[in-house]
Amino acid sequence: MSAAIAQRPEREPGYNFAYLDEGTKRMIRRAILKAIAVPGYQVPFASREMPMPYGWGTGGVQVTAAILGRSDVLKVIDQGADDTTNAVSIRRFFARTSGVATTTRTAEATIIQTRHRIPETPLSEGQVLVYQVPIPEPLRFLEPRETETRQLHALAEYGAMHVKLYEDISRHGHIATTYAYPVEVAGRYVMDPSPTPKFDNPKMDDCPALQLFGAGRERRIYAVPPYTRVRSLDFEDHPFRVQEFTQPCALCGASGHYLDEVVTDDSGGRMFICSDTDICETRVAEAAR
Amino acid sequence: MYVAVKGGEAAIDNAHRLLAEARRGDPAIPELSVAQIRAQMALLVDRVMTEGSLYDPDLAALALKQARGDVVEAVFLVRAYRTTLPRFGASVPVETGAMTVERRISATFKDLPGGQVLGPTFDYTHRLIDFALAAESECEPAAEAEPRADAGTCPRVTDLLAQDGLIEPSPADDGAPVGDLTREPVDYPADRALRLQALARGDEGFILSLAYSTQRGYGRTHPFVGEIRVGAVDVAFVPEELGFAVPLGRVRLTECQMVNQFKGSGAAPPQFTRGYGLSFGQSERKAMAMALVDRALRAEELGEPVASPAQDQEFVLAHCDSLQATGFVEHLKLPHYVDFQAELELVRRLRAAFEETSDAAGMQEAAE
Amino acid sequence: MLAPGLADPVHDAQGTFRAVMDVLARPGQVRALTPGLAAGLAPPEPLTPELAAVALTLTDADTPVWLDAALAAVPAVAAYLRFHTGAPLTDDPARAAFALIRDPARCPPLSRFAPGTPAYPDTSTTLVLALDTLIPGTGLRLSGPGIRGEARMALAPLPETFATQLAANRADFPLGVDLILSAPGRVAGLPRSTVVTEA
Repeated sequence: MSAAIAQRPEREPGYNFAYLDEGTKRMIRRAILKAIAVPGYQVPFASREMPMPYGWGTGGVQVTAAILGRSDVLKVIDQGADDTTNAVSIRRFFARTSGVATTTRTAEATIIQTRHRIPETPLSEGQVLVYQVPIPEPLRFLEPRETETRQLHALAEYGAMHVKLYEDISRHGHIATTYAYPVEVAGRYVMDPSPTPKFDNPKMDDCPALQLFGAGRERRIYAVPPYTRVRSLDFEDHPFRVQEFTQPCALCGASGHYLDEVVTDDSGGRMFICSDTDICETRVAEAAR
Repeated sequence: MYVAVKGGEAAIDNAHRLLAEARRGDPAIPELSVAQIRAQMALLVDRVMTEGSLYDPDLAALALKQARGDVVEAVFLVRAYRTTLPRFGASVPVETGAMTVERRISATFKDLPGGQVLGPTFDYTHRLIDFALAAESECEPAAEAEPRADAGTCPRVTDLLAQDGLIEPSPADDGAPVGDLTREPVDYPADRALRLQALARGDEGFILSLAYSTQRGYGRTHPFVGEIRVGAVDVAFVPEELGFAVPLGRVRLTECQMVNQFKGSGAAPPQFTRGYGLSFGQSERKAMAMALVDRALRAEELGEPVASPAQDQEFVLAHCDSLQATGFVEHLKLPHYVDFQAELELVRRLRAAFEETSDAAGMQEAAE
Repeated sequence: MLAPGLADPVHDAQGTFRAVMDVLARPGQVRALTPGLAAGLAPPEPLTPELAAVALTLTDADTPVWLDAALAAVPAVAAYLRFHTGAPLTDDPARAAFALIRDPARCPPLSRFAPGTPAYPDTSTTLVLALDTLIPGTGLRLSGPGIRGEARMALAPLPETFATQLAANRADFPLGVDLILSAPGRVAGLPRSTVVTEA
């Protein structure tokens, strides 16, 4: 097996497996099943106070804790990277409380918890992608009231969202939303994909993996089942388009990946490298062989 | 070659060690004990218990020690611990009318059965720094109060008013189970019990400012402090298998009953209405602010226009929790460079388009 | 003497849940329950080990459970479920969070269970059926979320009108009930999002 799989860590005694008590897991599991049955609908759930702050992935952590089993292999990324501080912290949390194996390799993981990115490596049927979500309500910035947005979803009344996007077009000539770009799921609910760059939106469509979304502070869980139509909202005369990078990754030479801009000196020097550290390192290692 | 943020694991470990060192501070100075914090930072401990939704002074004191005195962080520690505790059920409602009162004041009556009991309060102190406290101090024992004939009977002021029907009746217990916002997501509109839970757990500063806003005209409630009482009450629990109440112990509480003028509506006669506040320990500011906001949030029920932030339950309930607020505000510290990259690209594109059009406009001007 | 519940409550429940999650996410696919789990459970007849495993995994004091006539007729079944889950039993299928169906041929019309509300479609009943036949690749034609193209599943015994009922259930989407289908040692799922047509 690859060196990327960490040793199976010792589980810390004194906590239940994966931290949550069984009653809380049951409650979250029921919410997940409803979320799968009604793709894109935000199921309210009684989010618990977790030992990490709200806004730092408590929703994703609760979803992962509820589905995680001993034979799972867990990968945690933030900004596409396994070694960003919050990804490290969450991966350690699960290593300590569940003792499951962890990995940085996308292809080896059975559960991938993510903040802000979808891995570049295509996901497969055996995988679950768990998103950390800050604001699950795609209509929230058009209508701050929960009582109102709930009605809008019930009536499938999404005109305001189209108006907002169209205002962008009349002002800028194109839609000026670059991340958390709203999608329509299975032809019914408009859904927030979490603050992933819109570059990643096409990966959600017809994806072989199950996608689960957890918003702890806002107490919502939602889902996109595998092989489900996920359409980024657009207009016939202004079709949805993703960001394009004019140059390849400076480390691995890949094009077609999402790139981070790294400031290299204080005189305007820049380089562009893959945001997905796993695929970048894999390609660099392969090239070196 | 530059490689972005590597070595996260080692960095986190080192940060934790630094934190432990900073928490302890200068090792030449004696370490604070939990007992000292509990005894001498008692009001801080009370606040942590109130917002932490857990009555355990020792635990709250320990949390304050671990949190280096950061209240929100201490509340966080207590709450995270609280979620891991098994829940056996709800206690019998505590009887604050039977409180062993250590402080009890009413602003609506000069004197009343049981009397005005000032107790330990900052209210009439001159806020002059007492430099003598910088040294270790002995304090004189407080004088014993002259016992009153009616000492020990301390009826609630609102009960006295209710005898004449001047104040709306306290809502009767309809026997329906009380919701628990730590176990069910809040569904709007939330009933009064859930709103009171949220206010009790809510950040003192936020609730205080909202209460203050109602006094300045953003949802006036014409309040009078009917009564504030501080003291210990019994807590009892009915185990299913026994079927009768078993005393569990005593807790110290602060209760505030706000009495608010009400001109009446089509459905209700003119009478005083109530705003209610309750906190653990001695937390008068919190209990009073809570009572004001509770009354403001009853606007819809009482047929008043809902026009101000303190009357808007979605606004108040969604934003009063210090842990939710601090978590989401502070999460901006986490890396956001992926989304920032997307925005960078957009701003560059928009600027290029802007320059093109202004260049074109400039050319045209020059040609004219 | 009550029959025991899950031998390993944490991991047996997790394994059962993952199988159920997987099959609801991928209608038409069948998953085995954790090997040995069904065999280890010996709930009072006629409750099947699979129904018991799902009930012990997903129900508790917060979920009213409805039992079909076959299960309700045996008090030991109710006693077993109450003891191991703490779930309240209800006579009213429209109030049930979960409905356990031992005799699927006599399953009440799906319209008698809770479909949820437009604002809260999640407040619906999940039916758990104990079937004899659960064969993928043949039978009813399934399409919709979770299905690549089309899937098929043969289910029996069921009321004659069941496919029509499932079509009506789908027509009310996002309202509707979800089905967890069990047969000895295995489970499958039919969420309300699945379009079902007869072969």
